[in-house]
Amino acid sequence: MYIKNGLVGLTFHTLFIMFILAPILMVCAVAFTDQGFIGLPTEGLSLRWFYAIADNPRFLDAFYFSLKLGLVSATFAVIFSVPASLAIARFQFRGRDAIMAFLMSPLMIPHVVLGLAFLQFFTTIGVSGTFFGLAVAHIIIVVPFAMRLVLASATGLDPAIERAALSLGASSWVTFRRIVLPLILPGVVSGWVIAFISSFDELTMSVFIASPSTTTLPVRIFLHIEDTIDPLVTAVSAAIIYLTLIAIFILDRTVGLEKLFVGKGRA
Amino acid sequence: MMKISRAPWLLSGPALTLYAVFLIAPIASIFLISFFEFNFKGGLQATFTLKNYIEILTDGYFYEIFGRTFGVALVVTIACAVLGTGEAYVLSRMSNPWKGLFLMIVLGPLLISVVVRTLGWALLFGSTGLISQFLMFVGITSGPVSLMYTNLGVIIALTHVMVPFMVISVWASLQRINPSTEAAALSLGASQFAVIMRVIVPQVMPGILSGSIMVFALSASAFATPSIIGGRRLKNVPTAAYDEFLNTLNWPLGSALAVLLLITMMVVLIAANKLTERRYGAIFG
Repeated sequence: MYIKNGLVGLTFHTLFIMFILAPILMVCAVAFTDQGFIGLPTEGLSLRWFYAIADNPRFLDAFYFSLKLGLVSATFAVIFSVPASLAIARFQFRGRDAIMAFLMSPLMIPHVVLGLAFLQFFTTIGVSGTFFGLAVAHIIIVVPFAMRLVLASATGLDPAIERAALSLGASSWVTFRRIVLPLILPGVVSGWVIAFISSFDELTMSVFIASPSTTTLPVRIFLHIEDTIDPLVTAVSAAIIYLTLIAIFILDRTVGLEKLFVGKGRA
Repeated sequence: MMKISRAPWLLSGPALTLYAVFLIAPIASIFLISFFEFNFKGGLQATFTLKNYIEILTDGYFYEIFGRTFGVALVVTIACAVLGTGEAYVLSRMSNPWKGLFLMIVLGPLLISVVVRTLGWALLFGSTGLISQFLMFVGITSGPVSLMYTNLGVIIALTHVMVPFMVISVWASLQRINPSTEAAALSLGASQFAVIMRVIVPQVMPGILSGSIMVFALSASAFATPSIIGGRRLKNVPTAAYDEFLNTLNWPLGSALAVLLLITMMVVLIAANKLTERRYGAIFG
């Protein structure tokens, strides 16, 4: 970088950062209000609304449900992605590009459309409102995220290492378990993490296929907001922000946010 | 390289099967249902009728909805292009640790659920919100002003949600630029502004364009933000489809809306892609 940022650039940047942080800081600030309603600025600070979350089983249940759903979705997404990524990374075969595009396709379909489609389809086959249905839907939309990262790791694999193991007498399965898997582990782990976060945060599609017994946390928050915007839902949202901050921090230290989002180019 | 040619198909088999059953079938059924009929007494009737599409294409109510959807998406895209490119550029010239820190601040919100980010804007926009108080304080308005349930509010909130995508796209493009082009221009006497407009921007154009395509597509299909900020009166296609599906229970009409949204977006995306590829094919290819 030959030129440093000038006053204009830095002023723009400061305003931009303020823009980015404004709503997030807002949520965090209001969550600490000691009033029974949204009013700003608040006179006193209090943790009362965070305590109130504990008294509100609907939010807690939704939180645990989202956790469970995220764990299942991310794990299965990775289970599907690893063999497919290995196939795409290692073999040159007719249909390779088509398969890759096909598996990435959920990224191009609006979640609204997916929500309608799944609701309609699940009702037809009778799994509407079940955990199974919701999980399948989530798995499908997070597979592209997981696969992108697993594929990046898999393409970096040197085929000679595998050949060496095989020529030394290892079976395919042992080769996979003890050579390949450890080598692609960074991609698998970061793929899992981004899949989990994507599932946990997902709203638009889930709003269509959730039911009273299968409500995720974002859906619960959304439904609450449709009714009223009060300090309780703000406290819940603030809690989500704090949890996400921890995740952001960990992700940045381990994988690096830049690599996570920008990647090393299209695979 | 393994010589067995069935291996890749076996390996990707599970994923492909999952998709075939649980992705293709649902999408296909949406197309199918959009041709069904719905009436209040019988509910869903399996027939073939173009009634739903005709209703959408001839009703002024839906014209307004489609117009708002794409109009808002366009404004958001332009705003993001300007803001995102600017920020990506400023970030690229920073040194660590600032660069890493601010990149984290700009990209981090993508990991926070969109409901939470939109709630923040709802808090800011209300008539007792900070924006209203600020405007009154500065004297621009005399009474409380609420940006809730306005198109402008939706645009601002959507821009906030989408701009990180633009930063990512332009950032990726910026990494590929040779920094000496900038230095060369400056040494030849170009002003800072001329350097940006005539050396940097043309080179990051692929990033700006692909970012714009993505932001446009996401904005046109956005649900949560237009729903919360826009409210019941300002509908866009996704919230209208939600209405038809979950409130009116008119699944055929809702499906027709979804199909039309999908088709128009595919058309826009493919056209934009072709345009980009034709001009910048060398860089993408």
